[in-house]
Amino acid sequence: MFDKYMICEDTVRNVSRDGRTEGFQFGARLPYYRGLGLSMVEDVAVTVDGEKIARDQVRLTVGAKTYTLDELEKEFEAVWEMGDVATVTVLKQGGLKPGEHHLELAEQLRISYMPFPITGRDKKTIHVS
Amino acid sequence: MAVSGGKPAAGIKRGVSLYSFQEEYFLRKMTLEDCVANCAKLRAWGVESLAEQMMPGFPRLPESFYEQWHGWMAKYGTISVCHDSFLDTQRYKGRLLTDAEVLAEIERDLRHAHRIGAKVMRLTVFVKPEWLESAIPAAERYDVRMGIEVHSPWHFDHPWIMRHLEMIERTGTKHAGFVPDMGIYTKRLPRVMRDRMERLGGTPRILDYVCEAFEAGVLSEYVIFEVKKMGGNATDVAWAEQCRHNVYTNPKRLTEYMPYIFHIHAKFYEMLEEGREYSIPYDKIVAALKAGNYQGYLSSEYEGNRHIQDAFPVDSVEQVRRQHAMFERLIGG
Repeated sequence: MFDKYMICEDTVRNVSRDGRTEGFQFGARLPYYRGLGLSMVEDVAVTVDGEKIARDQVRLTVGAKTYTLDELEKEFEAVWEMGDVATVTVLKQGGLKPGEHHLELAEQLRISYMPFPITGRDKKTIHVS
Repeated sequence: MAVSGGKPAAGIKRGVSLYSFQEEYFLRKMTLEDCVANCAKLRAWGVESLAEQMMPGFPRLPESFYEQWHGWMAKYGTISVCHDSFLDTQRYKGRLLTDAEVLAEIERDLRHAHRIGAKVMRLTVFVKPEWLESAIPAAERYDVRMGIEVHSPWHFDHPWIMRHLEMIERTGTKHAGFVPDMGIYTKRLPRVMRDRMERLGGTPRILDYVCEAFEAGVLSEYVIFEVKKMGGNATDVAWAEQCRHNVYTNPKRLTEYMPYIFHIHAKFYEMLEEGREYSIPYDKIVAALKAGNYQGYLSSEYEGNRHIQDAFPVDSVEQVRRQHAMFERLIGG
């Protein structure tokens, strides 16, 4: 549910540090009808132009704080609120070249009343200027 | 007894679970206040809310939030009738919450229900009878009645629900009961779900066979077997398996279990223009409620958005409006 709203396509941009492009980021939402504590966000999987990004190269920023995906497991206070746009950052030297790219996102959520996690999937053609 | 618009309300009352507006809220087309205002516009004075959906910051909501909430209730003439709790038993990877942690969370939600002025709290169906029993003292302190949601594929004659009933009868408590979800009276599989399965690659004639078999009451295991024999693909089989999840049970149970029914989730997937729900026979449901002299709320729970959002614009406000026009007609008077 809400899968098609996961990737906020007009938010994709490269990120730089000390003049070097170190990766890219985009806005993302939960594929779920309520907010979820971050400890229950099991995976934020990014594939760009067919290349699956390694889990340890992905960061999630919710509110003021940025987490690695492994750090989410121990975050028992912060909540990714329903409909809120969090920032997914992918560490990738050179970022994304200007033009069109194919972005895929899968979010795996541990939902307490289900015996298995749910995974929402979105894919969009995004444009980097 | 709720007082709304100056008239005392007797009998079945109309309300809306703000869950119904999830699409508009998610996309920030409607605020929480807009949702409340929409209930008042429909003269559906009972407001059911989900803190974890539309009250960011829960469970640490400031006093100012509650003041604002009561301000809206006064402004729009609505009343809080129910708080929907969730219970994240799987908060910690690798272990479940202990019984003590579960009780602490239920108490936390009871406190919130009390603070928004709700007299009923929905507990999700997977809550164990032992947990419910342990929370009775807290529910009495806050004077909030805890209702286990009887949601498909569970139903009133399911052993899990019967265990809850045994506990309620044994303790004699007035603070534990049920919130039945009308999805337990799904006479035919929702058209919006079937059509989505077709968009996902289901075979039309096989999808239609499943719909016919479900409506004819064929055992779900037989339907699944038949679909595989027909050469159904994975989507076809998934649709056949849906027969295990949607159920049609006897609306008469509502009359029989009336002493334990605190609130009703008026689940719906698609209100047709002519004022009927495609799948769920609300005429039979309202008749059963009247026979039992139900004095609580019929609280709209629109859940069609997730089945159409991939291909069509969602208008939850119109769907809820249609359902309330149907309620007015069926409740009468």
